[in-house]
Amino acid sequence: MSFKNRNVISMKDFSRKEIDHVLDTAEKLEPVARGEERSRLLDGKIIALLFFEPSTRTRLSFESATQRLGGQVLNLGSVEASSVMKGENLADTIRVISKYADLIVLRHPLDGSARMAAEFAGVPIINGGDGSLHHPTQTFLDLYTIRRESHLEGLKIAMAGDLKYGRTVHSLCHALSLYGAEITLVSPPELRMPQEIIRDLQKNNIRIRENDSLEEIIDDVEVLYMTRVQRERFPDPEEYEKVKNRLKVTGDLLKNADSSLKILHPLPRVNEISPEVDSTPYACYFKQAFYGVPTRMALLALATGVIE
Amino acid sequence: MKEKRDLKIQAIENGTVIDHIKAGQALNVLRILGISSAFRATISFVMNAPGAAGIKDVVKIEGKELSVEELNRIALISPKATINIIRDFEVVQKNKVVLPSYVEGVVRCINPNCISNSSEPIKSKFSVVQSEEDGVTLRCLYCEHVISENIAENLL
Repeated sequence: MSFKNRNVISMKDFSRKEIDHVLDTAEKLEPVARGEERSRLLDGKIIALLFFEPSTRTRLSFESATQRLGGQVLNLGSVEASSVMKGENLADTIRVISKYADLIVLRHPLDGSARMAAEFAGVPIINGGDGSLHHPTQTFLDLYTIRRESHLEGLKIAMAGDLKYGRTVHSLCHALSLYGAEITLVSPPELRMPQEIIRDLQKNNIRIRENDSLEEIIDDVEVLYMTRVQRERFPDPEEYEKVKNRLKVTGDLLKNADSSLKILHPLPRVNEISPEVDSTPYACYFKQAFYGVPTRMALLALATGVIE
Repeated sequence: MKEKRDLKIQAIENGTVIDHIKAGQALNVLRILGISSAFRATISFVMNAPGAAGIKDVVKIEGKELSVEELNRIALISPKATINIIRDFEVVQKNKVVLPSYVEGVVRCINPNCISNSSEPIKSKFSVVQSEEDGVTLRCLYCEHVISENIAENLL
């Protein structure tokens, strides 16, 4: 299995065996991500970070991953100060930056932009989020967190919050279906998971149930994946106000949870997890943010070919 | 009666006749084939012509044999159309259109946020699937949006 020059655009492009290989590689690199060991794996390599919309955590996590491996980062900087403001199209930007860097991490507001970029780039593209579509490195790090803190095979997981628009839960569902997960979807009726995604999962013989209450399911899951209800998705602010606090993880809720329960969240959170949960053994979301570094290190190292 | 009906479109000496087009779709067939005012061959067509299996449209293209690949795109909007290649007034080849598995630059993606609807130098690309429950569906190869209805309205 060779990952050299491989693009990372969508989780659907990866088999279970390939995902396992990425996660195994991340695990080997974890001491480097923690700063406990030094690595020069990316020595002499330049990673271009083209972020056409702000995403501080993803960008800094890629920067950290590159620098921990001894590589260097080329940063687009603010879009306002780039050639985009002169009217340059993305295809040309990608063609040019391909000549300056060994790999491009792209974040762009348009759906399908990473797929298009891969057509024009002479170097691998890692999708750092394209529109509302894919964010595969988030899914890789979610899977890595689940594997490190719980287990992947046959996992009983609940995904809660905005399941309609949340791209992280869409691709995580797909990836977990490769591991035979039992998935419970918890959301207000207005924010249910799209039916076509449920249909796809059912085709893979995945057990899915839907609920609108965390209380009813909390004692029967091993991982609870919370997502933020995104204010910007609601044209009517009153509608947002109605649902924003409908699902909330509190100390009280967790009294009925299994002691091994792990709570994940892609962050940032707003109201959906009380701060009192942070100090409990259930809270896994800050570790999850850290696990983004070894996971992204693995993807960078594999795609540039410095690790087989 | 038969003679009168035949007069609606003259027989062609050489070229392509697309028959059994779903009624009302002849103009869309021309769009699918990229036939515009710059096209040099003679085109004639009838819309809503009575046929044995109900009303239909017919398009005749004089002096030009279109490729099967081009013609199969017609299956997106008219899956029962037939293609007749004419040489010296004789039908030398008669085929039904076959749904292609992929089309490029034919249909606009319905997702306004899709990169293919921006000013990038790319053509729209779709994989094509036919199923009993959903009929013909197109999946955008950039943004993965699915078009299952009104394909004709989204022709480029």
